[in-house]
Amino acid sequence: MQYDEKRLTRIVATDCGSTTTKAILIEYVDGEYRQTIRGEAPTTVEAPLNDVTKGVINSTQELEELARLKYNNPNIKFMENGEFIIPRKGDIGIDAYVSTSSAGGGLQMMVTGVVAKMTGESAERAALGAGAIVMDLIASNDKRMNHEKIERIRHLRPDMILMAGGEDGGTVKHVVEMAELVSGADPKPRLGSSYKLPVIYAGNKEAVEEIRKTLAEKVDLIITDNLRPKLEAENLGPARDKIHDIFMEHVMQQAPGYNKLMEWTRGPDLQRVPIMPTPAAVGNIMQTIAKDEQIEVVGVDIGGATTDVFSVFTEDYVFNRTVSANLGMSYSISNVLASSGLANIMRWVPFDINESELRNMIKNKMIRPTTIPSLLEELVLEQAIAKEALRLAFEQHKEFASSLKGMQRQRDISEAFSQSTSGASIVNMMTLNLLVGSGGVLSHAPRRYQTVMMLIDAFLPEGITRLAVDSIFMMPHLGVLSEISPRAATEVFRKDCMVYLGTCVAPVGKGKYGKPALYAKLELPGGKVFEENIPFGEIRLIPCEPGKVAKATLKTSSGLILDASKAKELTVDLHGGIVGIVLDTRGRQPFALPTEKGERISYLKKWMRELKAYPEDILV
Amino acid sequence: MGQAYSAGLTVTESMVVRKERILPLKGKVLVTKGTKVKAEDVVAETLLPGKVIPFNLANKLGVTPTQLEKYIKIKAGDQITKKTILAENSGLFGLGFFKSEVRSPVEGEVENISAVTGQVLLREPRIPVQVRAFVDGIVTKVIPDEGVVIENKSAYIQGIFGIGDEITGELLMLAETPDDEIDAGKITEACRNKIIITGSFVPYHVIEIARKHGVKGIITGGIDDQDIKKLLGYDIGVAITGHENIGLTIVCTEGFGKITMAKKTFDLLKQFSGQKASVHGHTQIRAGVIRPEIIIPLDFNEDELISKEASMPILEIGTLIRIIRQPHFGTIAKVTALPEELTKVESETMVRILEAEFEDGTRIRIPRANVEVIES
Repeated sequence: MQYDEKRLTRIVATDCGSTTTKAILIEYVDGEYRQTIRGEAPTTVEAPLNDVTKGVINSTQELEELARLKYNNPNIKFMENGEFIIPRKGDIGIDAYVSTSSAGGGLQMMVTGVVAKMTGESAERAALGAGAIVMDLIASNDKRMNHEKIERIRHLRPDMILMAGGEDGGTVKHVVEMAELVSGADPKPRLGSSYKLPVIYAGNKEAVEEIRKTLAEKVDLIITDNLRPKLEAENLGPARDKIHDIFMEHVMQQAPGYNKLMEWTRGPDLQRVPIMPTPAAVGNIMQTIAKDEQIEVVGVDIGGATTDVFSVFTEDYVFNRTVSANLGMSYSISNVLASSGLANIMRWVPFDINESELRNMIKNKMIRPTTIPSLLEELVLEQAIAKEALRLAFEQHKEFASSLKGMQRQRDISEAFSQSTSGASIVNMMTLNLLVGSGGVLSHAPRRYQTVMMLIDAFLPEGITRLAVDSIFMMPHLGVLSEISPRAATEVFRKDCMVYLGTCVAPVGKGKYGKPALYAKLELPGGKVFEENIPFGEIRLIPCEPGKVAKATLKTSSGLILDASKAKELTVDLHGGIVGIVLDTRGRQPFALPTEKGERISYLKKWMRELKAYPEDILV
Repeated sequence: MGQAYSAGLTVTESMVVRKERILPLKGKVLVTKGTKVKAEDVVAETLLPGKVIPFNLANKLGVTPTQLEKYIKIKAGDQITKKTILAENSGLFGLGFFKSEVRSPVEGEVENISAVTGQVLLREPRIPVQVRAFVDGIVTKVIPDEGVVIENKSAYIQGIFGIGDEITGELLMLAETPDDEIDAGKITEACRNKIIITGSFVPYHVIEIARKHGVKGIITGGIDDQDIKKLLGYDIGVAITGHENIGLTIVCTEGFGKITMAKKTFDLLKQFSGQKASVHGHTQIRAGVIRPEIIIPLDFNEDELISKEASMPILEIGTLIRIIRQPHFGTIAKVTALPEELTKVESETMVRILEAEFEDGTRIRIPRANVEVIES
């Protein structure tokens, strides 16, 4: 159901995250939709409250109070007796309430396939695209013994299982065997034992009857179209839709307070608006950007528990999403340390800190996830950890976002010597146009310069790449809002959500610190000119306002290249942003920091100073 | 804004504790409503299904899955031993020459036979599981076939982080003051089977000595993460703990590092030193948060078992708070103001802050997110 501006003048949207519930107010003012106020409160899915709606009430109360202050009107009111007043009548009430959610662990799924790298991966892609965390992929050829697979299935307790396998009309044996293993394990759902575990079958249609015979009694079996009907084609839509339906019908119903929340999310005519898993909502937005602007996009949403990476690449706008379930800035912060190792975190820190002190700081953040760094030194450390969490999540994404594996390809002679194979990553940093950051540590960094630094250091963009950030973390809200008003979502997205930070220019190749790397001449708006021969291992920040363009002439030295065609010289328009244009000559492929500690710290300080990342007193 | 919600840990000298003791699968409840139970009593038991062994019978017999039907000697639900013949063929020309048979590799039950894959699933014998009461109390509800609810009146302390499973034992206060760091020499044979309280910190070598003396549990203000890594042999990635098998249970009341135990927690533990407590280290910080608990049962009458409705700890002027992040980590202060506007702190983050006063009269401004309410 969609509504126009006459019916939607004031909307509350919340995102119930694993740590905080973020509420925003969207209003139709002077002929356009704007995001006007924001509030937040701790998410309340834990004892003693055990009810997600309390966090929604608290964050909405903050919205109400700030709205009264902003409009100097004490009569403004969105809720009464702990419930939203819909529709709005003057100062009282709102026209719609919508929400996304990743609280309570989000949507946790297990997927099965016959060949792990083929139908298994397609099933994983479908689950991830629907906003799930994939707990495990079990496939006929995954090298575990059958009894180990059964044990694993039994212990996982997912919210649902997605089963794929076999082309339509192909062999049924392997997919039926997998069903037998699932049946033998007799898996139980994560939340509550009062209902049967939903299992979606999206494999070879010839096997449906056998699958029914094997599974129908033990689980809640849902049959849908084969998600890999042919080796060369995926058909993920029907499976994704089923996942969404079941998420609403089963999973949400079981989480504390969600029954009530599902009653609350309604449009102006009191029609219900389904709650969307947060990553699905962000995925909607990323795909819209790519298609509207006809560009390649990488987006990241780093949360307390998980980090989601989204990408849209190639002329077909192939969308991929991965979720790194245990990389995040609060609940999972300790796992970032365990996965990346202490040395990788410390390489971004421009001062000395005792290992035990750092470990304890990280663990204290893990056990008290809602605290925020009030000391500068702690902020620097958290941002160093964020770079590693982002880097690791992106590595996982690059590996996953690949062309379909197992396809036959005809090659021409020009390809005979190239390394590209079926299943190669489609993430190409050289052709990437836009990198968008979202999530607390990026959206709420005290200085936007820090966001630029984190994005560049973690993702290592190559060639010319625009950088942007979700201003106050509202992409999930807009993703679900677009379901009832694409216009409101688009207008708010362009005016209030996307903050263009600037452009990064990073020549690719090796070099030696101090040797010539890049000649850059930038003709800036207003007639100013920046011109410099920048040595290797440097960063320059040239202010250029949002909406403005600098005419740049770029020439590289010593084998460095600037774009996918390996150009060493370019004349190009570089877009400004609230930070500006960053020229980064630290090299790519490889990107390496000085190994000697003193030298590394001295360079880090120099780059941080140039990027205006931190106050001077921590960089002396 | 006059008040705001802030999460905190529960520390109270008396409350109604309600514990659900549920079987992992349906089974038999052994007690009835109204039964008085001790922590050690078994209240419910069940048989967990045994391990499933997939076994490709068609392959073993050298026939196709569809042919298997002719030779199979078992059906789903049959009890089997290692001698049971699962299938046999009739030999060459059906005359019994080169007859081959396949016997069960395990004891148990036939779960399923598939004519599509030729696979049979054999299930090993069931495994008995018992659930104990864990706390002294009274059975107030029986959930048929699933378990019970046990209630009592207890002094109750929620820890922030723990490792190790459920234990019961006598509390023994070894620390003199909340900021004490006990000497290893204080741990003697007198500590055997006790749950000791060590003050602000417990280092690795003290934990080792405690293990040697058969200490059941340690309650401490803080612990060093590196020591936990040494104890477990691995780094805790995601905080889901409680099933470690290190010979004792550890509960931290404050966090990582040396942190003075909250006075109220310390005073309660001191007051109840010598009494029986039920303690566990189960911690799960995500998706249905679980915190470690120290439950000290008190005498009670059944009519006292009325739990107060869960309320939100509220931050308002005069509220006592504990600071849970640097600077001033672990210290107590009283809220003096809750300014509405966002304020810049040292890290330049714009946050909602509160103003508070320490006992000595000095004042601070601190992010609201970095405090917890001490419930009075």
